Amino acid sequence: MTAFLILLRRELALAWGKGGGPLLALAFYAGVVTLLPMAAGRAPEKLAAVAPGIAWLALALSALLSLERLFERDFEDGALDLLSLGPASLEAVAVAKCLAQWLASGAPLALAAPIAALALGAPAKIIPLLMICGLFGGLAFAFLGGLGASLALGSRRGGLLVAVIVLPLYVPPVIFGAGALDALAGGLPWTGGLFLMLAYCLAAVGLSPLAMAAACRNALD
Amino acid sequence: MLRAVLIKDLAISRGERRLFTGLNLHLDAGEAVELTGRNGAGKTSLLRAVAGLLRPEAGEIVFADLDPEAARAEHLHMVGHQDGLKSTRTAWEELRFQTLWCGGSPTTARQAAERFDLVRLLDLEVRRLSAGQRRRLALARLVASPRTLWLLDEPMAPLDAGHRLAFGALMAEHLVGGGMILAAVHDPLPVAARVVEVGA
Repeated sequence: MTAFLILLRRELALAWGKGGGPLLALAFYAGVVTLLPMAAGRAPEKLAAVAPGIAWLALALSALLSLERLFERDFEDGALDLLSLGPASLEAVAVAKCLAQWLASGAPLALAAPIAALALGAPAKIIPLLMICGLFGGLAFAFLGGLGASLALGSRRGGLLVAVIVLPLYVPPVIFGAGALDALAGGLPWTGGLFLMLAYCLAAVGLSPLAMAAACRNALD
Repeated sequence: MLRAVLIKDLAISRGERRLFTGLNLHLDAGEAVELTGRNGAGKTSLLRAVAGLLRPEAGEIVFADLDPEAARAEHLHMVGHQDGLKSTRTAWEELRFQTLWCGGSPTTARQAAERFDLVRLLDLEVRRLSAGQRRRLALARLVASPRTLWLLDEPMAPLDAGHRLAFGALMAEHLVGGGMILAAVHDPLPVAARVVEVGA
C-alpha cells in the first residue's frame, strides 16, 4: 500500500508539473464549451435544450488530453522498467496512474462542468446529477483512456491512436450520462441511465488495469 | 537473501533475429560477471531477461531458493542506459522517488547522494545535468536501497575517471558484502570479474 501511495504522489506531481495539470484541461474544456454553442446557433432555448449534453460531451473530449503521456513518457525514458521491477504489481501501477490522471484533471473538470452548463442555460436542478455523472464518468474516462494509452505504447503518432482506440469506449458512458441528464431536465425517470453509467464505470475500473498491465508487459518485451 | 543466479540454456530472439542460444551462466554470491560481445549481440536483452522484462525464447533463469517474482521485486536492481529520470523534475525529487519505490528512505537517499557526489546538484532539474551526472543519479539507488543483484548496462560509459574509480570501489564493497554484479560492458570493469562473451 505504501508503494502505491509513493507512486500516486509521483504521478500527481508529474500531472501537475510542467505542461499539464488541471489548468490546461480546464482551459480546453472552456474552449470546447464556448465553441460548441457557436456552431449550434444563437437561439437560447435551443441551446438550453442541448446544454447538458454539451457540458457532458466536452468532459469526454477533455479527458483525452494528456492521455498519451500517461505511459508513453515512462516507457520512453526507461522509468517503466523501474516501475515494473518495484514492490507493486503492474496492475497496481496502472491503477495509480489512472487514479492520478482522474485526480489531476477528471475531478477538477467535473467540478467545473456545472458552471459551463449553467452558462449555456441548463436548468439548475441538473447540477448535482451533472457533478455525479462528471465524477464517475470521469473515472471511467481515465481508466479507459489509460487502456488506450497502454495499447498505443511504442507506436508512432501515439496520441492519435489513443483517441481512435478510446473514443468508441467512451460512447456508452456518454450515452448513459447524457440520457440521465436529459431525462432529469425533461422531468422523466433518470435513475436508469445513471445506474447504467455507474455500472460501466465500475467495470472499467475493475477490468482495465488487468489489460493495461498486460499491454505494458507486451510493450516492454 | 539471494545466494545465486543460474541461467540454463537460454535462447533469446528479437523479432525474426536469433540473438543467441544455449547460454549458460552461474553467478554466485560475491561474484561479478562481465558480459562482452559486439554491438547487438544481445547483452542488453540478456540483462532484461534476467530482470523479467523480456521473455526468453527457451531456457530458464533460476534465483536460488527464491520465487522469481519476489526475487525480482526485492533483490535486484537494474540500471540500463535509459535511466528512467524525468527531465522536468529536480534531481532530488527523482532520486527520492526511485529510492522510496525500491524500499529505501529519504535518509538513505541523502547518503547515497553524498556517496555519488551529487549533493550540489540535487536542486537542479534533471535536464540540466550532464550525461555523467545523470548516470550517477541513476546509480545512486544501488546504494540508497541495498539489493543483492545488480544488473548494469554499460554503467561506466559516461563517467569521468574520478567517478569511475569511486564506483569501482563501491562495486568491490558490494561484492565483499556478498553482492552479485552482472554487467554488460565494452571496457573491463574495475573489479575482478569473470568474462562471458554473448553471441560468440
